[in-house]
Amino acid sequence: MYPPKFDYYRASSVDEALSLLQQHGANAKVLAGGHSLIPMMKMRLAQPGVLIDIGRIDELKGIRVEGDTLSIGPLTTHAAIAASEDVQRLATALSDAASVVGDLQVRNRGTIGGNLAHADPASDLPAAVLALGGEIEARGPAGSRTIAADDFFQGLFTTALDENEIITAIRVPTGQGTRVSAYVKFPHPASGYAVVGVAAVLDIAGNKVTTARVAANGAFECAKRLAGVEQALSGADATAEAAASAAEHATDGFSADDFMSDIFASADYRAHLLKVYTRRALQKALERA
Amino acid sequence: MQISLTVNGRPYTVDVEPRMLLVHLLRDVLDLTGTNVGCDTSQCGACTVIMDGEAVKSCTVLAVQADGSDILTIEGLAKDGELHPLQEAFWNNHGLQCGYCTPGMIMTAYHLLQVNPNPTEEEIRHGLEGNICRCTGYHNIVRAVQEAAQRM
Repeated sequence: MYPPKFDYYRASSVDEALSLLQQHGANAKVLAGGHSLIPMMKMRLAQPGVLIDIGRIDELKGIRVEGDTLSIGPLTTHAAIAASEDVQRLATALSDAASVVGDLQVRNRGTIGGNLAHADPASDLPAAVLALGGEIEARGPAGSRTIAADDFFQGLFTTALDENEIITAIRVPTGQGTRVSAYVKFPHPASGYAVVGVAAVLDIAGNKVTTARVAANGAFECAKRLAGVEQALSGADATAEAAASAAEHATDGFSADDFMSDIFASADYRAHLLKVYTRRALQKALERA
Repeated sequence: MQISLTVNGRPYTVDVEPRMLLVHLLRDVLDLTGTNVGCDTSQCGACTVIMDGEAVKSCTVLAVQADGSDILTIEGLAKDGELHPLQEAFWNNHGLQCGYCTPGMIMTAYHLLQVNPNPTEEEIRHGLEGNICRCTGYHNIVRAVQEAAQRM
């Protein structure tokens, strides 16, 4: 099964990629690891006339700790993120999420930048990046800008990225004091994609939760914060019981129409799973405190 | 577009259409038909090869992306007429039925054992998640990887 025909350009720098993107406009797609784009092209769900391969731009790879921020190059693979001790220690939910994307071979090729830009609702990384309060740095013809993860995911396969922009970094604050986090999901038994996945990030002082950020993917058209849970946990005891009671607020503020529904899982079932997996994510994070 | 790559230690320079997939380059151009196409949708893992040291699904890699790469396929495992320990372990444990998924299973297991030379049964099963076998039920495949780990 061949993808449709396209012209192929290999960019050796971000500037070259941006100029190619400017030149070819909406007819072009950026190719990173290709593990969302190539399958879509083979299925004729995407038929770009031009592919701009950024896969060899070394400045877009790697994981760095910069003060209280973890900076991840967009071409960093899921496997590299999952294997990074810095990510495990400083952004555990992201490490959890990266380690359960697809399978071993997919994690060896798929990249965090490609994953976030693609914004598949059932993908694992968006909830983790959102719950961790991450930022996406994007560069376009007008220069660089930083987009908060809170503003980045806008809908089904839709992000705040302009079509002539490329992600140049993903930044995750590592937090002050005791921050624990976790990501858990209910994987679709055939595809492995998240039917519902929840990331929980808790700041703990003494035996109280000072701040909670909780986000889900799979449940909605894009990753979303669970405000009801966050409010219920703010100032709550850092205990499994308090987590279980807060998880009951997972669906607060959402209506039945907000939930995805398909042949495998109805909106009702996803709403149920959201509470269950919120509880599990919170409790898993607390076990790490 | 002209690309150069090394496959099983042998250098090749070939002219490919940008949309050609790595698996078709291997099978149809280089005549290395040990790598199979199964689902062709990045799920079954039959097409797994080692690219620059990592297991990848060659149905989801463009040949142009493999330009300059070092590729290892199932044909490159045996040395001087001696089967690789993984191949022998699959044989000893009957880690196959029809054999279609076997090249991909072995190449993924090869990567797994490079990264984790002494995997637990659970780690083997997690590592082989991206390889689907419709015949054996995986028990003998897992045993084969366990035996290979001991011998490698």
